Amino acid sequence: MNFLGKLSWNAIPFDQPIIMGTVAVMGLVIAGILAWITIKGYWLYLWREWLTSVDHKRIGVMYYILALIMMVRGFADAIMMRSHQAIAVGGAQGYLPPEHFDQIFSAHGVIMIFFVAMPLMIGLMNFVVPLQLGVRDVAFPTLNSVSLWLTASGVLLTNVSLVVGEFAKTGWWNYPPLSELQFSPGVGVDYYLWSVQISGIGTLLTGINFVATILKMRAPGMGLMQMPVFCWTSLATNLLIVAAFPILTATFAMLLLDRYLGFHFFTLDGQGNQMMYPNLFWIWGHPEVYILILPAFGVFSEVISTFSGKPLFGYRSMVGATMAICVLSFLVWLHHFFTMGAGADVNGFFGVMTMIIAVPTGVKVFNWLFTMYGGRVRFTPAVLWSIGFMVTFVIGGMTGVLMAVPPNDFQLHNSVFLVAHFHNVAIGGVVFGAMAGYNYWFPKAFGFTLDERWGKASFWCWFIGFYLAFMPLYALGLMGMTRRMQHTNDLSWEPWLLVAVVGAFVIGLGIVCQVVQLIVSIRWRKLYRDVTGDPWNGRTLEWSIPSPPPAWNFSVLPKVTTNDAFWSSKQQARANGDEPSVASEFEPIEAPTNSATGVIAAFFAVVAGFALIWHIWWMAGIGVLGAFVTMLFFAFRDEEEFEIPVERIVEFERAHPSQVSP
Amino acid sequence: MSYRALAIILLGAAALTGCTEGVLDPKGPIASAERTILFNSLGIMLAIVIPTILATLGVAFWFRASNKRAVYRPDFVYSGRLELLVWSIPAMTVLLVGGVAWVGAHKLDPRRAIVSTVKPINIQAASLDWKWLFIYPERGIASVNHLTVPVGTPISFELTSSGVMNSFFIPQLGSQIYTMSGMATHLQLLADSVGTYPGLSSNFSGDGFADMRFDVDVVSPEQFEQWVTATRTTGPLLDAAAYADLAKPSQAVAPFTYSFVDPDLFSSILGPMMSMDGDDHSESQEKKP
Repeated sequence: MNFLGKLSWNAIPFDQPIIMGTVAVMGLVIAGILAWITIKGYWLYLWREWLTSVDHKRIGVMYYILALIMMVRGFADAIMMRSHQAIAVGGAQGYLPPEHFDQIFSAHGVIMIFFVAMPLMIGLMNFVVPLQLGVRDVAFPTLNSVSLWLTASGVLLTNVSLVVGEFAKTGWWNYPPLSELQFSPGVGVDYYLWSVQISGIGTLLTGINFVATILKMRAPGMGLMQMPVFCWTSLATNLLIVAAFPILTATFAMLLLDRYLGFHFFTLDGQGNQMMYPNLFWIWGHPEVYILILPAFGVFSEVISTFSGKPLFGYRSMVGATMAICVLSFLVWLHHFFTMGAGADVNGFFGVMTMIIAVPTGVKVFNWLFTMYGGRVRFTPAVLWSIGFMVTFVIGGMTGVLMAVPPNDFQLHNSVFLVAHFHNVAIGGVVFGAMAGYNYWFPKAFGFTLDERWGKASFWCWFIGFYLAFMPLYALGLMGMTRRMQHTNDLSWEPWLLVAVVGAFVIGLGIVCQVVQLIVSIRWRKLYRDVTGDPWNGRTLEWSIPSPPPAWNFSVLPKVTTNDAFWSSKQQARANGDEPSVASEFEPIEAPTNSATGVIAAFFAVVAGFALIWHIWWMAGIGVLGAFVTMLFFAFRDEEEFEIPVERIVEFERAHPSQVSP
Repeated sequence: MSYRALAIILLGAAALTGCTEGVLDPKGPIASAERTILFNSLGIMLAIVIPTILATLGVAFWFRASNKRAVYRPDFVYSGRLELLVWSIPAMTVLLVGGVAWVGAHKLDPRRAIVSTVKPINIQAASLDWKWLFIYPERGIASVNHLTVPVGTPISFELTSSGVMNSFFIPQLGSQIYTMSGMATHLQLLADSVGTYPGLSSNFSGDGFADMRFDVDVVSPEQFEQWVTATRTTGPLLDAAAYADLAKPSQAVAPFTYSFVDPDLFSSILGPMMSMDGDDHSESQEKKP
């Protein structure tokens, strides 16, 4: 047996100039950053304050950084696909051979779903939920850090596949039999499976953590019906994570057993059942799209209400709609395979169920509309993203319902019409939501606001770019163009494909604007400084504390009696003519100690994952054992909390007098 | 540059209106019915979607903070009547479209036989890596990457795959259906005008996927018989050995025909797992041991 399993120098594609060029640039950038950290002597700071931090705010920020970096990677894939398809028309083969093109669309899907959309939403929830609930951290802070670093492990493995070996060439659904050893003997599918298995554990732990946090750790007096809507949508999302992610893990585990140990869950021979995979995959897959969109709905609720200067219209309806979506999302998955030959009753039932989900979603849109009605709408970038979302998402929802009609799906299934539809809701919903949330909560995280002009420029580029890039795909889908085509023959498609590639570049411009916005804002942060902690005249508890908040969030836990707790306390203070007061009585606060458990466990997870992918069994043993021992050490820890003395809290409060103590 | 962009957009619009293929240009009753359903469901939803979009933009614009004429009503947070309205508008829409979906799912069930006085023709289709094999069991001939069918005749497809999943789709004739190894799916189509229409696989199946396309020649019944006769006289035989050869992965295979087909070939592709006949049970297409 080979000491390094299947690994050899042949695994590195030296003959592929595109890959090697990318790798060289990435390598230089990473080396540059590492050198900068070393020269500046930031390593210790980084380790103490960030990598081992169990502070939910820092973890949220790190999730966001991870997601934004991966968004660039996923977007690079998108640009390659769009430009390749635009030239590979009418006999031309473009610049990407099938084996490379197939990896790109598979990687694009996996990265955008698992390593962009998920960390964006989980990052937002991490940062915002405990602050809105008026508590000092999540239920299990160290577990939270483990979640983050396991997600990062999945990201790392996916990126390693660019250099060492290959990525899956099966599309992101990874349907067998194509993904079985018989048809995909390479390591690509294994990279996909192990990356998602490892990060999936992290996601599941996040789900457990946040369900516990939201149900058990609210500020005194905050009943469920006093929670901000973002907390409600987060609760729904995390319930869905807890219910759905184990299905994905089990499904991938079955496929791994097929590939590694000769099982026959989905194989052609041995009475395997290939149709069971799509079935199980989409039982996770459809709730997954609501896992992504629900927190975004929460963001829009907060943003629209705050910038309209009004409470959210129909709060109870919104909560009801959220929970209805949460339940219904488990009753629609079969619409992903109407075309596999199920009977008319089954197709009809799932078609109708799919449409029923549009009812609570429609209710939400109308309630946002009535929230703006009678308000004073301030057109900040966050609001632009929200209104852009409302317009775009309604269109995306409509095309979704269109395809929920089985006969329509018989013709549009797997077409680029479908591709346009889910980008319509994924970009128009999830990305716009993440960007609205980013512009909205950034000042809370860093104490200065983001530049508005560049923020608006970024929005308009994304908005226009989206329509340019995806409206042509709707047309092409109706013209019979299928997704995942390495080349096409129909010359009449070319104009549409060219418009789409222009749109992709306009979106690219939007990303550039975002980067510029960040740089400009950091450069002029003194100008954008927010000393009040409440730059938007906010309504919920996170705006009642200084920005950035102290590690302990709330020096005194707030007492909550109403919805929009901070808003009503501001109103009361105004009515009573109260002076902003500094609470005089503080108590020492127990805070969780930093923990390297997450980083170290994730390191061993990467070792184990990489070794399993390449069949290096001894190394896989080290990885698994290492991760286990790390957890063992954590389990037998002596100290898990330290006390923050009253003096430090008083000192902080003197430096940051709050406007009003709720 | 802007002129060029404009030209491209205009060209594109022209391509759509003069669209020569795709689901908006149906050439058979199934595709026509599906286009009608597409337009109906789109129409029902646009009736609510367009006003919603306009209202969103209108309300946001009118209630902008700088508009002194807009009335600020921070207490407008609940209205029972409006709540009833916002729940019932989408519910009514869904009721309508849901009806379309339920009826459509039954009327256009891919297995449902097409009512016609003309006797249907059976075609067995198999997706191989990466080409299509079409067997005409009654005529004892077969073709690769090319389908010839008589106009006005119901075509009863029985489909399977040699290995990975594909999806059999002729956009201008209507519904697609997956092909899966070890089981048979069924599809009924009819072409009502003579012509050549593109067919393809719509489910990604590996490196040669982009070339898994074929032309469908819809010809008059007389021409079809002539084609059958001509095909019987030329070309190789398709027996187990020839099939084993054909089934090896190959890409962008030029169309050709077989003058004779082993009558048991399709069932041997299906393998020992025999499919049940297409009755109305969703389980009927599952593999039975």
